Amino acid sequence: MFLFIVFALIAIVAGLGVILSRKPVYSALFLLVNFATLAALYIMLQAQFLAAVQIIVYAGAIVVLILFVIMLIGGGELRDIRDPNKTLLRRLTAPRVTGAVLALLLLAAIGYGLITGTLNSASGSAAAFNNGSVQAIASVLYTDYVLPFELASVLLLVGMIGAVVLAKNE
Amino acid sequence: MVPTTYYLILSAILFALGVIGVLVRRNVLIIFMSVEMMLNAVNLTFAALSKHFLSLNGQVFMLMAMVVAAAEVAVGLAIVMTVVRHRDTTNIEDVNLLKG
Repeated sequence: MFLFIVFALIAIVAGLGVILSRKPVYSALFLLVNFATLAALYIMLQAQFLAAVQIIVYAGAIVVLILFVIMLIGGGELRDIRDPNKTLLRRLTAPRVTGAVLALLLLAAIGYGLITGTLNSASGSAAAFNNGSVQAIASVLYTDYVLPFELASVLLLVGMIGAVVLAKNE
Repeated sequence: MVPTTYYLILSAILFALGVIGVLVRRNVLIIFMSVEMMLNAVNLTFAALSKHFLSLNGQVFMLMAMVVAAAEVAVGLAIVMTVVRHRDTTNIEDVNLLKG
């Protein structure tokens, strides 16, 4: 429980850092912290394989890719906040307040459902779950989900071709 | 032993933070990172319920979500680079070609 509270607080603070940072570089680094704490939570949830994938794919590839783009387009200065002389209160324009209120309403609705509702008890067997071992995941992935697995590789190929075509200089 | 509901509430908070980021920020890269955060919040839900129901389907779904996120990042950042090359801005309010 102690570990969960620590990681949850770090994840929430890092999430706040992502959306409140002035420079995109700081946002990307906060995002890295957020991904790392989520990987720790996955280990606590017996998803060790997914924790490793999380670190490799998200922290190793996605954040580095975002940082590359920030460096390429020079994201140092932000035109996001147009007038730095404006106070925090003046920057709270109607669209921003509406967006924040909508998001908090969503959170309130989900939270109400989670607190008042009840979860059914476990339906699977502990033997099949096997503490979330890689062997157990592999046996599910390569039997029941073999077609989605192959389609995922096609999706990655399409994504790669799309990125190359879009990024190619005319 | 942490109750599953706590994980779900944490996931809901992270998702709401991502929604706030998408709706409030104007920098396209930060909106992008907020979307990634929302995808991760949903993955946490999958992991928590996978543990709760002792079923590995949730973890397979997480793997698929990560594949989609990786493809999305590659294409999305290529689009951002193209927009920056043509319009020289990362502010989405300056990218309004389709506005009627």
